[in-house]
Order: sequence, then structure tokens, then C-alpha cells
Amino acid sequence: MSIDILMPALSPTMEKGNLAKWLKNEGDRIKSGDILAEIETDKATMEVEAVDEGILAKILVPAGSQDVPVNQVIAIIAAEGETVSAAPKAAPSAPAPVASPSIAASVAGPVVSVTAHDASTEVPAGTEMVQITMREALRDAMAEEMRLNGDVFVIGEEVAEYQGAYKITQGLLQEFGPKRVVDTPITEHGFAGMAVGAALTGLRPIVEFMTFNFAMQAIDHIINSAAKTLYMSGGQMGCPIVFRGPNGAAARVGAQHSQDYTAWYSQVPGLLVVSPSNAADAKGLLKAAIRNPNPVVFLENEILYGQTGSVPKIDDFIVPIGKARIARSGKDVTIVSFSIGMIYALKAADELASQGIEAEVIDLRTIRPMDIETVLASVQKTGRCVTVEEGWPQSGVGSEISAQIMERAFDYLDAPVKRITGKDVPMPYAANLEKLALPNVAEVVEAVKSVCYR
Amino acid sequence: MALATRKSTAGNKAASSARPTAARSTLRKNSTPSEFTRDEDVKAYREMLLIRRFEEKAGQMYGMGLIGGFCHLYIGQEAVVVGMEMAQKDGDQVITGYRDHGHMLACGMDAKGVMAELTGRRGGLSKGKGGSMHMFSVEKHFYGGHGIVGAQVSLGTGLAFANHYRDNGQVSIAYFGDGAANQGQVYESFNMAELWKLPVVYVIENNRYAMGTAVSRASAQTDFSKRGISFNIPGEQVDGMDVRAVRDAAERAIQWCRDGKGPYILEMQTYRYRGHSMSDPAKYRSKDEVQKMREEHDPIEQVRSRLLGAWKLTEDDLKAVDAEVREIVNDASEFATHDPEPDPSELWTDILK
Repeated sequence: MSIDILMPALSPTMEKGNLAKWLKNEGDRIKSGDILAEIETDKATMEVEAVDEGILAKILVPAGSQDVPVNQVIAIIAAEGETVSAAPKAAPSAPAPVASPSIAASVAGPVVSVTAHDASTEVPAGTEMVQITMREALRDAMAEEMRLNGDVFVIGEEVAEYQGAYKITQGLLQEFGPKRVVDTPITEHGFAGMAVGAALTGLRPIVEFMTFNFAMQAIDHIINSAAKTLYMSGGQMGCPIVFRGPNGAAARVGAQHSQDYTAWYSQVPGLLVVSPSNAADAKGLLKAAIRNPNPVVFLENEILYGQTGSVPKIDDFIVPIGKARIARSGKDVTIVSFSIGMIYALKAADELASQGIEAEVIDLRTIRPMDIETVLASVQKTGRCVTVEEGWPQSGVGSEISAQIMERAFDYLDAPVKRITGKDVPMPYAANLEKLALPNVAEVVEAVKSVCYR
Repeated sequence: MALATRKSTAGNKAASSARPTAARSTLRKNSTPSEFTRDEDVKAYREMLLIRRFEEKAGQMYGMGLIGGFCHLYIGQEAVVVGMEMAQKDGDQVITGYRDHGHMLACGMDAKGVMAELTGRRGGLSKGKGGSMHMFSVEKHFYGGHGIVGAQVSLGTGLAFANHYRDNGQVSIAYFGDGAANQGQVYESFNMAELWKLPVVYVIENNRYAMGTAVSRASAQTDFSKRGISFNIPGEQVDGMDVRAVRDAAERAIQWCRDGKGPYILEMQTYRYRGHSMSDPAKYRSKDEVQKMREEHDPIEQVRSRLLGAWKLTEDDLKAVDAEVREIVNDASEFATHDPEPDPSELWTDILK
């Protein structure tokens, strides 16, 4: 059977090219790998190599031809002794593009019915509470999960002998030994990639970054290797891993140690992004993150580590990922925040109450997937919203919330959404300037009053 | 060269178990490799031929617009993956960069599934969502298929970390090129792998060009077997065009890892006949250079001449192998041309478990 040789494309965008010369003549015996011809465009030259064997029966496009369309038959190879007609067979063509599926699912019109998550059901009534710091809560979460599952291990800088740069891993080496509590060299890119590789085999690493500022060296593995692999493998290979550590500003540590990465990670499909504001959520969410089969970016805050909170004394206390918590109920305005932003939000709500404004304060807890339903349900009630975060304003978490409210609850708004964020500057060192760069309670109070037209 | 005049090099193998010192990276390029049995030569011939014919077909289908985006062909380098694979045991993991079709075929992954992924069809190994550079197989222990140059080195070290953690006796084979060998994370990985004695063979496929940049224009140390010296990782330069030399070196390296002695570096001196990707202007090397490699060092021709010479196979015997391979490739191409594109609903699946 004869075989058509088609004009090849050098790139997906190439439509035509020049047939510079033939290196074989009609009647020549051809075997796989033989170079038949050279084609060229203004950008490149390419050799046309034979894939099939036989005799070069006919050259249909002579050397020197200009602007030969891609996929035009340029020659015919025949089996030995076969005669060929000059008419080439029809070539299979590239598939026609399929119409894009509707994106209606992600940009629905005004929402009429939304249900807020009721976080009060997470802890049964009458449960005994213990007072512990967020530091202890995080440690307990890891220790409990490590006791339950031998595939869980902690890896990072100073997590073992030093007991954690911020003492989050205190005591873990003593209980679990060096095989499961692994001190690494200072090599974020390398150990993050290594941990992702281990996770691809089904182990469950908890990667501690001394701060997420250093994880910028490892962000390629967090995004390209961890977040995208499930999709790129057609659902075959998952990556159960937790990346955790302090995120955002501490105090007086300068621009390179103070960045809030929440918005960065929150943009990436394939990642879960969690950022707790108190000890109980920290424990329940970290346990949920360790059990989750997906990569989780778990953003802590150094200033919150030492804060004490009530944690339920339950054997297996889990807080669901992807659910916000109404930290304070109110009817006049919705304040949405997370992590350390909740400190400003709750203090502002206290102050506002004394001025006759009842604010509903929502702690997002998980930034991706964001529990926008709980936010929308609240905004439908209050008609006003202020967001609070320490990150930069442009494309921040508040920007996303604002856009979602505008798209899905516009008709319920009595005032534009207002964002309180860190200022649009690298973090300064001087105490007074640093204070100015971060959000504060007064700014939140002021923003709430302005959306309430007070 | 007459086959019968070559001696078995079993003795060489025994001698090689001595640890190469850090300062003196062992050069084995010129040592005589162990001979293959007839069956091994036939197997190597068939597997290398499958990769070559598959890649030729992929190049042709790219030219027809059936394959989009990037397409990096492995033609010329076939002896590396085939020789490595002949020394592996079931369960050993493989990970590589973007020039990955040959690695997948050598792992035993289905040619139809690979080709249909290249054409972006639903029967592709990643359901059409990965493409040429991103395929995986839990079953065959193939961990990708990675498009960020050097990333597979850290990830492959992680596969070895998992083997070490589970104490399962398996070895991870991490392939990367002479270009990737200049990435920082490679050395971060070397450090940890030797520090913790992780069972990983680093296979540096030195095909002389990182895209269009010759090794000598990009590397201060062009002997890649020495790249582990400051970490005390032993390394060898291997004739990557001779499948026997590859298997020999692979056996030494894999055994080293399996014995718990830590990582091992193999620099495979090889050559790619085709461009870096399909749109390669080929201005950075001469045609004579390419032609000389094809004529004098072709990995498949080397085995072919042994089969026809020492093993006294006939042209008809080889034609039967060719026909069998061609049928696999044609079936794959046929399937990949007519399999439907993924259902539009697939856009939204496999993002989270």
C-alpha cells in the first residue's frame, strides 16, 4: 500500500513553508530514518525524515517550491513493485476545537439562597475545654496524627534536635525518633521537592518552613510539583502533603521576613490553603490537613503562637477544611478576616458595639476553597462588608471576597465593600513605620463606620 | 568487531565493587562491557527499535498537526533507558524530565496510551490532560514526566527517601540532562542523598546540548561524573550509545544503592539526532556531526550488527522484529488519531482528590 508524505509543520502555528530541497530522488529505496527533504520557514529549517520503508515513487512538490501548505502531500512512498496513482489519499486532519464548556458554574448571577456554615456544631455541647497555646495545639495535632499513622513524618530545618525554631515541634523527636522527625540542611528548594517526591509514593510529609518567606525558594515544588500533579496525571497520582510554618509579619524583622503569602497560594487550583486564628482551629484544622489527600498550605502566624485558647478535650477533634466560622454574630455589618486579622476584627467589633454598631465577624479559616456561602449569607443580612488582612492590597484575599460579593450579592449591598490591608510597601524596619504598614483596630473601626455611613 | 574475540568481563564487575574515591571519579568509558546473551541482544534491539519507531511516528504526527505544543524526541539516546531498565528490578522507580517518551516505553507503559496522550485524547495515560511532558504510572512506578528543568532530581531523591523510610529495598532512578545538571536543586539533592544514604541513581544523560547550548559553553566542569565529588558521591562516565556498557554501569550503580551505600552518579555520554524540540533551527551544530554519530555510534545498529554477525540471525529474523514493532507503533498512531478528545466535563475533574 502506498504511503503519503505530508508537508510537516515546524510548530503548531506554522501554516506553510518552503520545500528547500529533496535529498532523495524518485525511484530511491527509502528506509526509516532516511532524510527525504529539507523544509524551511523564516524561523527554522527542518529535515523531513522517513518513518516508513519502500520506494520513493513520486515527488509531487518540486524542490524550491514556496509556501507549501502544511499537510499537503509532497511525495508518495510505495512498496517494492507497486504502481501508484498520482492521486494522494486524504490526510487525517487535526481535531476541530471543541466549544469551551460554560463557565456559568463559577460566575452565577445573584444568589438568593445561601447557607452559612454553623461552626457551633463542630464541638458537642458540654465538651470539656482545655486552655493551651496555639503552639501546643499545633504540636499536639502533629503528635496525635503521627501516633495514628506511621506514614506521617515531619521534615524541615531545626525541627528535631533544636525542637523547632519556634518550638512547634517540641518533644516530637523524643517521642518519634529521628526517622520521623527529620532535620534538614538549609535547602528549602531541595527538601520541599524531596518531600513532594515522597508524598507521590503515598507517604504523608509535614514540611515545616522556618517561615513562609523562605518557602519562596520552594514555591516551584509547591505549585508545579505538588498542586498540579493530580491533574496532569489524569487523577492517577495524588500528593498528600502539608506545608506549614509562620506566615506574614512577626515584629521588626524587616521586608524579607514579613511577607504574607495567603493571596499567592490562594490563587492556585490543586492547593488547599488554611490559616487559623486560634488554638482550637489550629489543632482541628492541622489534623484535618494531615489526613487530607491533597497538598495543603497551612499558614500560621508567629505572633499568635503564644496566645492561649480553649481547645475541646476530644480524642479526635477535627475542624473541616473549607468552612468559615461566625466568630461573633451581628446584624449591621459583616467583617471578614482570618489569622491575625481576626485580632483586629474582634477588637474592632467590641469597640463598634459600644458605639451601637453590631458587627458580624467571620473567620474564614480556610482561604481555598473559600467558604463564600457563609460570607454571602451574612452580607445578605447586613448589606455591608469590610475585609481585614495583613497582606498587600492588590489582588489580595479582600479583593477576591469583594469581587465575589459584587458578582453574587450585589443587590443586597447598601454600600461598597471596603478592604483593610497591609500597606502597599515592603515592610519597613523602624518601629513607627512598621506599625503604619500593618492594619490596626482603628482602621477597621473607621472602615466599618464609613460603610455604615456613620 | 568480531564478537567471539571479546572476553566476558565478569572479573571487571567484581573489581568494580571497590568504592571509587571522591577525588578520582572512575572512568569506565573504555572498558569492555559484559557481553549480552543472544536473548538479551534481541530484547535490547526490540526495545530500542520500538522507541525509535515510536518517536519517528510522533515526529511525523507532529508534522501533521495531530500533536501540539512541545514534543521532545528521544531518537539517538535509546540505549540509555533500555540498558538502565535491563538492570532494574520490579518496584524500582523511574522519574525524568520532559524528554520522556522513551522512558515510559522502556518502563512497559502502553504505547497507545502514550501516543494518545501526545495527541491529547481521552485514552491518553493522563486522559489527555498532561501532554507529552506529563505522564505517570503508579502501576509501572513511573513518576513523570516533569517540565521544570531539574525538578525531577529533588522529586526523585524524594522517591529514594520514601524507599529508605519504608526500608523496602527499592531504588529510584532519576534521569536528567547536561542542562539540568547546572540547576541548584541538583546539588541540594546530592547533599541530602549522600547525607542520608538514599538509594538513588542519578543518570545524567549528556547529549552534548542543552537546547542549543553546547556543554562546553554552559559547564565549567564538563565531566559530569565528577559533579558529586564534593558530596562524596561516586560517579562514572559511560558510553551511552552502547546498551551493554549502560547495563553494566547500571548494575554497579543500582547494587551500590541497594546495598545501602547511598547515591551513585552515571554520566551517560549520548547524542540526540533530532532537534531539542520540533521547532529547532539546528544552527548550533553541523550536519556532519550528526551524520557521524548516526553512522558510527548508532545504538541500534551496534546491536543489529551483533545479531546478524555473532548471533547469526537472518535479515528475515530482524524483519519480523521490525514488523512486530511497526505494528505496535501503527496501532498506537491509529488509536491516537481516532480516539475522541476528552469530554469537556474533564476540564473540572482531578483538581483535588
